[in-house]
Amino acid sequence: MKTRNLQATLDVLFNNTTKLFAFLVFGTLFGIMVTLLVGSLPALKAFGFHFFVSDAWNPVTIEFGALVPIFGTLVTAVIAMLIGVPVSFGIALFITEMCPAWIKRPLGIAIELLAGIPSIIYGMWGLFVFAPWFADHLEPWINTHMGGLPMIGSFFQGPPMGIGMLTAGFILAIMVIPFIASVMRDVFEVVPTLLKESAYGLGATTWEVVWNVVLPYTKIGVVGGIMLGLGRALGETMAVTFVIGNAHELSMSLLMPGNTISSALANEFTEAVGEVYTSSLITLGMTLFVITFIVLALAKLLLIKLATKEGKQS
Amino acid sequence: MSALDNTLYLRRRIINTVNLGISMVAVVFALFFLSWILWTLFSNGFSHLGASVFTQMTPPPGSKGGLANAIVGSLYMVIAATLVGTPVGILAGTYLAEFGRGTWLAPATRFINDILLSAPSIVIGLFVYELVVHRVGHFSGWAGALALSLIVLPVVVRTTENMLQLVPNTLREAAAALGAPQWKIVIMVTYRAARAGMLTGILLAVARISGETAPLLFTALNNQFWSNDLNGPMASLAVIIFQFAMSPYEDWHHLAWAGALLITLFVLGLNILARSLFHQGEKQ
Repeated sequence: MKTRNLQATLDVLFNNTTKLFAFLVFGTLFGIMVTLLVGSLPALKAFGFHFFVSDAWNPVTIEFGALVPIFGTLVTAVIAMLIGVPVSFGIALFITEMCPAWIKRPLGIAIELLAGIPSIIYGMWGLFVFAPWFADHLEPWINTHMGGLPMIGSFFQGPPMGIGMLTAGFILAIMVIPFIASVMRDVFEVVPTLLKESAYGLGATTWEVVWNVVLPYTKIGVVGGIMLGLGRALGETMAVTFVIGNAHELSMSLLMPGNTISSALANEFTEAVGEVYTSSLITLGMTLFVITFIVLALAKLLLIKLATKEGKQS
Repeated sequence: MSALDNTLYLRRRIINTVNLGISMVAVVFALFFLSWILWTLFSNGFSHLGASVFTQMTPPPGSKGGLANAIVGSLYMVIAATLVGTPVGILAGTYLAEFGRGTWLAPATRFINDILLSAPSIVIGLFVYELVVHRVGHFSGWAGALALSLIVLPVVVRTTENMLQLVPNTLREAAAALGAPQWKIVIMVTYRAARAGMLTGILLAVARISGETAPLLFTALNNQFWSNDLNGPMASLAVIIFQFAMSPYEDWHHLAWAGALLITLFVLGLNILARSLFHQGEKQ
């Protein structure tokens, strides 16, 4: 009788210990949110809502605004998505529909290696190898061929320095490709074979099957994967810090140096003097956290929705 | 078949070939950059990767030296972070897989854990700065380890939960039928069955934090000297690489490349080890 009581107590103990740690994980997010909010109060008190729309950044006169870093973060992430999404789609399409079985595994490993390379390596490669190459070969071409276009021409004018928002966006694209591609591959693989074979049976080409059957069937999951990649691109620090140029100037040209929230933090936080300066940087961090939280939460909700839809059908 | 039909078929086939061709180009694009990056690393790093890298301290600009203090600092912090993050992650993952059914806490934690998994690591560094460094008043290796453990945590929670869910329920039922209490079932039956997968998760988490730089910038800071004291600022390979690569000095660049090659080999090696381990576990 006694041992049974002991075991029952141990059960309760074990159950509650695991529950406690689960709660700890649950609470971490709120801990981060509250801590950052408290840290950003001095800046918010000093500048109010104006902080988010001001492009000032002057440690001497103690004037700070978040517009330039927020702008840079969004622009580099958008460039990354414009390049990364089609490439990821192509890779997922190749792996699921076209490639012979023996290539599948090595190719999957290669893509995962791309995801495994630490971001600081991307940064170094970007600074020492890619940026000079970009400045010598691609940027002059972009300047002459796209700088003169109406409307979008001003995006592509500027000195070919190699360092700037376009370079940062491009490197981000390479970094998010493995994440988006692997989600796309996973959701493409859940499409019932019956559905695809029916389309092939009607005489559809591979492309038509992918575009008209696979993609509509998995569109929620695909969007979820893209959002996941976007969340990564927004928060990526080291790769961007190396090649963005760290300039607090609002510039229409993608060839000009800029700044992102994460690179401003990486470059300036340890050197920030004074409460308002530090607090302004923390407010930037909080802004980044809120933006990525929203993007990632949406991604997650979409993927959950796809999973439940699938569950109902099977 | 009329001429009209023929052009239609031809057009569809051309669209098909072109688009499939583009998708192959996409694969080549990704592989091209992977090999370019790896080739750059080897060609720049290999020649500077001598014994002195492991035995000498980080030098002032202009003199010879190595990365010994940075390597040791990284090892200390990665080990401490793994020791803190892993048990917490395993227990939380256990709750999600074994006890969480029908509660509100389990789905909410799962959701938040997935967000933490992709949260910007620099924000984690900022959080630990506010929580620890700001209060204590100085940078420390412990703060760095804490920041890294917050990155380990969601990876371990996720893999633990997934691996425990793969364990067939019949195993648990068989143990329960023999009269085993629940804690014994979890520890002695399900953990054992999911061992390989859980280890894979831990290895992947270690691989992930080994190359992390952003969370260490404001927590462990940096240190040009040998330090065994986790209570003070501590060098790490990643932060040293960042500092050296951004500097204008040629010989610092060389050391940065050597360090970069070292980190990449370590991380990719761990990734491959984790994957083969998982494969073995699956075969059993």
